[in-house]
Amino acid sequence: MELLAHQVLAGLATGGIYACLALAIVMIYQAIHHLNFAQGEMAMFSTFIAWQLMQWGVPYWVAFSATIALSFVAGVAIERLLFRPIHDAPALSHIVVFIALFAILNSLAGSIWDYNVKSFPSPFGSRSLFGDGLMSSHDAGMIGVMLFMLILIYLFFRHTRIGLAMRAAAANPGSARLAGIRVGWMNALGWGMAAAIGAIAGIMIAPAVFLDPNMMIGILLYGFAGAVLGGLTSPGGAVLGGFAVGVIENLVGTFVPYVGKELKLTIALIVIVAVLTVKPSGLFGRSIVTRV
Amino acid sequence: MKQRPKSNLGQAQAETIAGIPVRMWGRAVMTAGLLVALLLPFAIKSFVIFQLTLAVTYAIAILGLNLLTGFNGQFSLGHSAFYGIGAYTAAILMDQADVAYYWTLPAGGAACFIVGFLFGLPASRLEGLYLALATFALGIAMPQLLKLMPLEPWTGGVQGIVIMKPEAPFGLPLNADQWLYYFTILIAAAMYACAVNLIKSRTGRAIIAIRDNPIAASAMGIDVALYKSLTFGVSALYTGVAGALGAIAVQFVAPDSFTFNLAIAMFVGLVIGGVGSIPGTLFAGLFILFVPNVAEEVSKGLAQAVYGVILIAMIYVMPSGAAGFVRAIVGRIARMWP
Repeated sequence: MELLAHQVLAGLATGGIYACLALAIVMIYQAIHHLNFAQGEMAMFSTFIAWQLMQWGVPYWVAFSATIALSFVAGVAIERLLFRPIHDAPALSHIVVFIALFAILNSLAGSIWDYNVKSFPSPFGSRSLFGDGLMSSHDAGMIGVMLFMLILIYLFFRHTRIGLAMRAAAANPGSARLAGIRVGWMNALGWGMAAAIGAIAGIMIAPAVFLDPNMMIGILLYGFAGAVLGGLTSPGGAVLGGFAVGVIENLVGTFVPYVGKELKLTIALIVIVAVLTVKPSGLFGRSIVTRV
Repeated sequence: MKQRPKSNLGQAQAETIAGIPVRMWGRAVMTAGLLVALLLPFAIKSFVIFQLTLAVTYAIAILGLNLLTGFNGQFSLGHSAFYGIGAYTAAILMDQADVAYYWTLPAGGAACFIVGFLFGLPASRLEGLYLALATFALGIAMPQLLKLMPLEPWTGGVQGIVIMKPEAPFGLPLNADQWLYYFTILIAAAMYACAVNLIKSRTGRAIIAIRDNPIAASAMGIDVALYKSLTFGVSALYTGVAGALGAIAVQFVAPDSFTFNLAIAMFVGLVIGGVGSIPGTLFAGLFILFVPNVAEEVSKGLAQAVYGVILIAMIYVMPSGAAGFVRAIVGRIARMWP
């Protein structure tokens, strides 16, 4: 029983990491209705920028804010320069551009900052809470930051005019345009926000997993799984999904024989797929009803 | 998925270039291409022949993916798993049971058909991104499963299996690379002919109807779940045969050859070649084999970045793939010289 409790706690700590990225994934999904495969690499790149600023002697919170601002601008720029010209290309072509973006960012980061693993400071320290090093103060701080972000996002989308305009632009671009919403700029704004949230996620994740160009690949998979499990239409669901994936992964690794570390991801994914066959639009997602 | 590629059934029948129907031009180009493909092995180095063999193999695999995505509207990020199953079936049969290489193709195909069909049954409930996640799980799981300890006597674990390259039969004056190239071309021709006929048949129309509107399709009496699962099976079969051919050509299988990266490469090929285009898959096969090498030539350190830039440029120039690009050009020429 104690082992179970410990593993759940450790799972929540790693789940917090996945939840961060799942949240960023759902955010951009809400804004552009595509799953951004390059999301993890964008977050990684932002984190490297923060790291570089700190290497130059910029204080933590200044670097933090500057990185978020830079990432926002970069996200808007990516939408304007890369995706605007192909906005009426087929959906699958967009996914190829995501893959291309992934390759470019990964390769660029590798050549600018090399592939050596770097440590990244945490504002919350790394004291161990609850003993045994199961959950550190950084993990707790990260989860706190993320829940705070979630509340902000909720307030933004539910209670501001621009949040409403963004939702309208994503749900029905044609009608939104007729109502005077500039759909193109709403998309760009969505990209910017997703990049900024990704930057926060990256900066929060980096102290836990260390910084290198490939740090996000594994996490992106889990974040993706968490987002889909929770339902792509629900930011809260995505966060819960991320935590659930962390816990499932940890419990599977501990309690299922023959599995060990290697098959953890596989089993977690199988569990998720099994859930999806029962609830095809995720645990908290709304199923899309279309008129025939 | 939202995408609705134009069906190439009865495409551009009325269009003519210089008084000759476009369709005849298409046939002429195909015949010329086949002729060049048949004569090529006598003009190029062995290694290039080997690369071309692999490109054709990938083309068959992407054709399988295209049957699923392009014609049935189901998305897959896990076709590397079927390629792997086909390859391992071939390698294990040749290594353990001394089966002749040509018998491993139907075996690999059959194994994949069964796995694909069984996977397709529950997956037919899922749509779009949810299906993408399910297939993605399959793609991630495959290399891990191949490494599993209990299977090691057959799969060889992380080390994989080494197999022999077949020699040309009947005393034909060809070296092993040339023979395998012709063998692959022969298999590919047969598989492409089957795919074209499948899509033109009543079954093919049902498959396309499900892509265009599942509700309307089921109202017309099409068993959507069954057809979706069957398409999944057939798609897996194609990819499995390609996997078996690939294993014979490379003479080696190992779990890490069939990772998620392969699935991504196949997906990129599918889009670059043209979703829902059968000839486009040939271009796709060549693309995913040669373009990463070109990128490597341009810059070793930034090879991935160069590859990414090339991909973006391709999408800019031809947003609906090579097939759509060619169609647009042909249409323009046909308007200029009807």
